[in-house]
Amino acid sequence: MAVTGAVLVLFLITHMLGNLKIFLGADSFNHYAEWLRTVGSPALPNRTILTITEIVLALCVVLHMWAAVSLARRAAKARPVKYAAKRKSQAKGYATHTMRYGGVIILLFVIWHLLDMTFGTVNPKGGDATPFDRMIAGFQPERWWVTVFYLVAMVMIGLHLRHGLWSAFQSLGLTRRPRSRGALQTGAAAVSAVLVLGFVAAPICIMIGVVK
Amino acid sequence: MNLTLKIWRQNGSSDKGRMVTYRVEDVSPDMSFLEMLDVLNERLILEGDDPVAFDHDCREGICGMCGMVINGVAHGEQKLTTTCQLHMRHFKDGDVVTIEPWRSAAFPVIKDLVVNRSAFDRIIQAGGFISVPAGSAPEAHSVPVPKADADAAFDAATCIGCGACVAACPNGSASLFTAAKITHLGLLPQGQPERESRARAMVEQMDAEGFGGCTNTGECTAVCPKGIPFDTIAQMNADYIKAASK
Amino acid sequence: MKFRRRAQQQEERVSLPGMYRVGEPIRDTKAPEGPIEDRWDTRRFQAKLVNPVNKRKLTVIVVGTGLAGGSAAATLGELGYKVKSFCYQDSPRRAHSIAAQGGINAAKNYRGDGDSIYRLFYDTVKGGDYRARESNVYRLAQVSVNIIDQAVAQGVPFAREYGGLLDTRSFGGTQVSRTFYARGQTGQQLLLGAYQALERQVAAGNVEVHTRHEMLELIVSGGRARGIVVRDMVTGEIETHLADAVVLASGGYGNVFFLSTNAKGCNTTAIWRAHKKGAYFGNPCYTQIHPTCIPQSGDHQSKLTLMSESLRNDGRVWVPKRKGDNRAPGAIPEDERDYYLERIYPAFGNLVPRDIASRAAKNVCDEGRGVGPGGLGVYLDFADAISRMGRDAVEKKYGNLFEMYERITGENPYEVPMRIYPAVHYTMGGLWVDYDLQSTIPGLFVVGEANFSDHGANRLGASALMQGLADGYFVLPTTIGDYLAGAGSFGPVEEGDVAEARKAVQDKIDKLLSVNGDRTADSYHRELGRIMWDYCGMERTEESLRKALERIPELREEFWNNVKVPGDAEGLNQALERAGRVADFFELAELMCIDALHRTESCGGHFRAESQDADGEALRDDENFAYVAAWEWTPDGPVLHKEELDYEYVKMTQRSYK
Repeated sequence: MAVTGAVLVLFLITHMLGNLKIFLGADSFNHYAEWLRTVGSPALPNRTILTITEIVLALCVVLHMWAAVSLARRAAKARPVKYAAKRKSQAKGYATHTMRYGGVIILLFVIWHLLDMTFGTVNPKGGDATPFDRMIAGFQPERWWVTVFYLVAMVMIGLHLRHGLWSAFQSLGLTRRPRSRGALQTGAAAVSAVLVLGFVAAPICIMIGVVK
Repeated sequence: MNLTLKIWRQNGSSDKGRMVTYRVEDVSPDMSFLEMLDVLNERLILEGDDPVAFDHDCREGICGMCGMVINGVAHGEQKLTTTCQLHMRHFKDGDVVTIEPWRSAAFPVIKDLVVNRSAFDRIIQAGGFISVPAGSAPEAHSVPVPKADADAAFDAATCIGCGACVAACPNGSASLFTAAKITHLGLLPQGQPERESRARAMVEQMDAEGFGGCTNTGECTAVCPKGIPFDTIAQMNADYIKAASK
Repeated sequence: MKFRRRAQQQEERVSLPGMYRVGEPIRDTKAPEGPIEDRWDTRRFQAKLVNPVNKRKLTVIVVGTGLAGGSAAATLGELGYKVKSFCYQDSPRRAHSIAAQGGINAAKNYRGDGDSIYRLFYDTVKGGDYRARESNVYRLAQVSVNIIDQAVAQGVPFAREYGGLLDTRSFGGTQVSRTFYARGQTGQQLLLGAYQALERQVAAGNVEVHTRHEMLELIVSGGRARGIVVRDMVTGEIETHLADAVVLASGGYGNVFFLSTNAKGCNTTAIWRAHKKGAYFGNPCYTQIHPTCIPQSGDHQSKLTLMSESLRNDGRVWVPKRKGDNRAPGAIPEDERDYYLERIYPAFGNLVPRDIASRAAKNVCDEGRGVGPGGLGVYLDFADAISRMGRDAVEKKYGNLFEMYERITGENPYEVPMRIYPAVHYTMGGLWVDYDLQSTIPGLFVVGEANFSDHGANRLGASALMQGLADGYFVLPTTIGDYLAGAGSFGPVEEGDVAEARKAVQDKIDKLLSVNGDRTADSYHRELGRIMWDYCGMERTEESLRKALERIPELREEFWNNVKVPGDAEGLNQALERAGRVADFFELAELMCIDALHRTESCGGHFRAESQDADGEALRDDENFAYVAAWEWTPDGPVLHKEELDYEYVKMTQRSYK
């Protein structure tokens, strides 16, 4: 869980940085997208590195989900008879309790997101448009509901990361001392916040017309 | 005050069990929760009914024998308090109180609210000790222990083995219990020689007992009547990873 | 000769016709002669050894898993014996030793404050009001230093100084700082150490632990203790377990008072069954009343909670000077308060031994100056400590005790003084044992609070943990070997003896279930406890004891004709367990009162109002009572065997803490 999660977090960071290139204009953004396809070329055929990355990411997603499902199944087996009273959470932290359903929402979002931005299937401009055009078209004010879905998903990702990151640190035994514990807790929250802000910046700016 | 109790009744491990509703009247706010149940039981006996079975012994919050899930919270909502130390002044007239046993596959119900926690003993058997036969110990002052380590070890060592951590964990994990002992012994110089083998053996036994996995929700430490720190789980993970990678 | 003359004198003076008979005197034949400091060494050398190969073929039963039983079972397992350990709780770790708060004494003299083995010995004999055996107590003091070493090596997290060395504190009744502690949870930490050692032996295959099993009868065959009959509390099955020796470590019997600081399950059944099978009962009337307990809050009270008497190190005990002064404590000005312990005992002040502090509290309450509900309480005030040390320092030292107090009473002791009242806490009496800890039944050994041995008429604070662990880790494992070395000649256990023991158990259960009356066992227990507290409690008189001896048999009779025990014996039946224990408490209570009545002197925890000096202090009668009262059970009533106590080293004086 921690390892696959870590790979996905690294991906999110690069993805976010790439997204921010939208603020540098259409050329910069399209050029970046092109570079992703041609990196390693001419030594390697186009898309080699990208495909490998995609496979690794897909594998991580599957393994991450598999780990989650097996933990949940183990939990169900560990408590065959449920409590009659509604269990009241005593621990602080809302994020902790969003991991499972939050994860499902994120998965649905990723599917939509790929259809929208990668394959263009549900994008107004279709798959043949430049990445920049697809992005601008995707978040136009008349498609506000797409933007809202996107924002909700980003908040979910933020919560997921906040607990996920901190939980990974704990699982790896890095939070043994109060100081490292505090630092890593803050770190997890900060990384999550930066990522969320980085991801929501572009769609909001497109919707309100700052980026055209 | 008058209360309505909804209590899990189960006549032996093969019975399916059910919630049964009881009324208790004239409950004094100075009573402990268990004294309130004593009053109910005295009445049930005289009425020819089977009194509610529940575990308890010291009734001063240290033996770890008592434990029930009260209104969905292990040991009830008072922090740092065992069921026996929970007092009725925290309830009010007319309250409906749901009382259930610890729910865990590793803690099968024996009767009503009484569960079998021998899985915890087996986790300790796996390695929760320092191997030092009586009479073989060196002079106590031969190894000074930094006060900070002694204090941290003590904090972990106060675990009473009640099982509330398991009862409260959404995953039914016994990590806090296991981690408390691994941390207590692992922080002391005397515990070093067996530190890694201990962590490994205890974690493996914990898994073999059928407890769930830890997802770091922190519910365990929140209900723990002794406030065993959550860091102990990180300590257990660190020691386990180190041991397992060898 | 001298002895017989004394016995006759006493018979003439105290006439208790029909209550008991005086039998032959009894002696401890195991303690070697010679200088006291060499006796334990001598005994260890004299004790026969068991061949390591044979140990594996020898089975020892240990009943109880507290400090004494847990450490004994673990150590016997380490030595290679086959050990079967039994406890009524769901895990050995629950035994009530776990609740001991204050600490454990040891003559380490780490402080260099003048402590020594001899001083610990001296203090313990004096603290016990000269009613303990010198040889036993000296050995206890010697072994005390090994206990600390052992516990530290096991990982017991004792309090430490900044330099990393062990911290100590002074504790009720002593002027040296020899008490090692682990915050307010010393008993817990020591018990977990013993428990872990025990579980290690379980893993090694040397010890079998039978939890949720209650010993209901001792099997004696060929004159030796050869096994026990237990009830599996989960299935209800009656089981027989045979062995080459039986060790009882089943704790004290303070619950005869119903309200005590003991755990709810603590009971006398194991030792009482053994007593009825021939083990003499030593000094049953010696009860320790602990001065710092949380007062009773109402009729629903099911137990009393003790707070470590370490609180008396910094707290000041007082009551209003004026009778019936029911102003809030803060509203009572300094000069209208009576800090009575400091006033009466200027040298020891608030640190006087337990029996003295308890009786002083009772006296001021009897005068009508008690505080809180029913006037049964005195203040323990930390206001001075807080202004002297600061709240943080007080919190650091006593925080967990303050929290506990607040949880139970709903009052904040940082702001309002605590209210405390004495409660039954420990029983110095128990089965009579010799220097080897062997009872009058060969092969039956008794350790910890269950025996009568080391505390005399009053136990000093932090000495119970010391004695339990001394017995379990160091004394019994050596002395039992001497007995087991002769196991080759024990022969088989007679079928008939087993059948008889099983039948006794079954008959009692059947009887309890068949009465089907209209009162619960608990209600009888409560009433019995009330009789004991009122008539055989902190202060006893001939009149009160006679009254108790009238009431107890009546109540017992009623119990057997009118108790209601629901359900059957087939599975978990907590009401049945309780009823069985109450039945034994009834019989024990009577013996306690007879013992208290026959001992017309005051000593330690036994205060006879008829025997006090002009200041109201306990007045011993060394001429007539410097003996252990070892009671034999017979169908025609108890027989008293006296073990004369000789003091070669400590001169008997009146204890004075002024």
